[in-house]
Amino acid sequence: MSVLVYTESEKGKFKKSAFEVASYAYKVAQDLGTNVTAVAFNANDEASLGNYGVSKVLKISNDQLATFNAKAYADALTQAAEAEGAKVIILSSSADTKFLAPILTAKLSAGYVPNVVAAPDSTSPFVVKRTAFSNKGFAHTEISSDIKIIGVSNNAYGAMENNVSASVEDFNPSLGDSDFTTKSVEVDKVAGKVSIADADIVVSGGRGLKGPENWGMVEELADVLGAATACSKPVSDLGWRPHGEHVGQTGKPVASNLYIAIGISGAIQHLAGVSASKTKVVINNDPEAPFFKAADYGIVGDAFEVVPKLIEKLKEFKAQNA
Amino acid sequence: MNLIAIFEAINLKVPMKILVCISNVPDTTSKINFTEGDTKFDTNGVQFVINPNDEFGLTRAMWFKEKQGATVHVATVGGPQTEPTIRKALAIGADEAIRVNAEPADGFFVAKQLAEIVKNGGYDLVIAGRESIDYNGGMVPGILATLLDMNFVNTCIGLEVDGNTATALREIDGGKEKLSTSLPLVIGGQKGLVQESDLRIPNMRGIMMARQKALNVVEPVEASQPTQDQKFEKPAPKGQVKLVDADNVGELVNLLHNEAKVI
Repeated sequence: MSVLVYTESEKGKFKKSAFEVASYAYKVAQDLGTNVTAVAFNANDEASLGNYGVSKVLKISNDQLATFNAKAYADALTQAAEAEGAKVIILSSSADTKFLAPILTAKLSAGYVPNVVAAPDSTSPFVVKRTAFSNKGFAHTEISSDIKIIGVSNNAYGAMENNVSASVEDFNPSLGDSDFTTKSVEVDKVAGKVSIADADIVVSGGRGLKGPENWGMVEELADVLGAATACSKPVSDLGWRPHGEHVGQTGKPVASNLYIAIGISGAIQHLAGVSASKTKVVINNDPEAPFFKAADYGIVGDAFEVVPKLIEKLKEFKAQNA
Repeated sequence: MNLIAIFEAINLKVPMKILVCISNVPDTTSKINFTEGDTKFDTNGVQFVINPNDEFGLTRAMWFKEKQGATVHVATVGGPQTEPTIRKALAIGADEAIRVNAEPADGFFVAKQLAEIVKNGGYDLVIAGRESIDYNGGMVPGILATLLDMNFVNTCIGLEVDGNTATALREIDGGKEKLSTSLPLVIGGQKGLVQESDLRIPNMRGIMMARQKALNVVEPVEASQPTQDQKFEKPAPKGQVKLVDADNVGELVNLLHNEAKVI
């Protein structure tokens, strides 16, 4: 009857979101009067999950699962849920998790609600708050199925320390050829660069930057802040930046702590996509740009003058606070 | 000899049968309001369109039709009010359309309806959008694939099919992954399957032809609805922006550190 949580790792190391979903699972388990069981695939340091309220870790060590495989991972999670008799399963919002979640949902005949932004409104009936209409609204959604799957939005609940002692048990799901009919051939990831989904800070550029040759300062600003780089839709449509950087309603959502928009006017679709970011800064030479109505801080000025100055000031700040 | 046997005998590839799943959604520029005590989406004055993620998929399907001779059907789950959107898909070039005459209650319900159509229609490839831009469930393609034991690739940004073999590109956090898989296949597609500039605006001829094409209405099958939206709300209005002088950029660093506490 425990609450099951899928704690994602990369190269053996738990992702930041793993601690966030574990914290969320702990909150739900407390409301239901039960404990949290985590499932970890080829991860190290499983006991660290105890810091975030996990009582038991099902440790899967399997070379076939070294590379993420949605069907096989979903099958393993299904078997873990059945072994634990879990009625509530907590997931993150990463691209991999959103790939396996619907498979898991169908296998368990569950009710699945993704993009959840807060602890449940109530657990009987089970109602959660989630974003809808691409962040232009929220819905309070009841899950009435026996098994409930909740996808927690990145950075919405936060990691919270709750020290319990976590026992670690080996778990060996039985997997067959049918789990591996879709195979990873090649993963193309820029090494050492933080992704938009995992970033605390995102620096984003728009058409106001006039051309791809002017992105040097955006990347330098991102470097100084340890941020991911992003762009508006027109910029990706023009081919100035790769599609993977397009944020907004039809691109990626952003839920960072800090979002800096440079030369982005703020079309409704863009603002919707970035609205979950906690603090928004806009730099634009047009004081009438709609983004100023959605931002916390703004500078009206020429990006080509403001951004280099900002980089310089941030470097000074970092030197003082190092 | 049936058609498939003839194709095989002369060593030709059997043309694919593709189903593109279409969601009828508010235009991306729509302002969102709620009505009936915040329990319903207010459709008043809202323009409905083909869900953008589905439109990229439909355009890719047109490529398979033109280059590889595929047959392309479109399906939607929705009331009669969704027909202009389906007609648009026919005007873009789909051969036939199916409408399941039911309100799309939730992702599981919709996936069940589409699974019935895929099962009866014998489709090799099902192209759906990664998510609809209204309810953002992002679960229909994956549930559909699993119900029918078909292969599945989500956040798909590239797809090639050769015979029974498919190579798909998938967007992952911070990069992309190339996958090898086989038909029958379901993808959750998005921009990248084709470029924005490849999207087609129906021309007059397409619109005229669409009127002659079959739009079959079928009644829904029994399916459960595990989730229900009880109430909606709009985001709290944003406070006034704090402006910093362009000659005093250091003040922004100070505010981000001491006030917002984000650096």
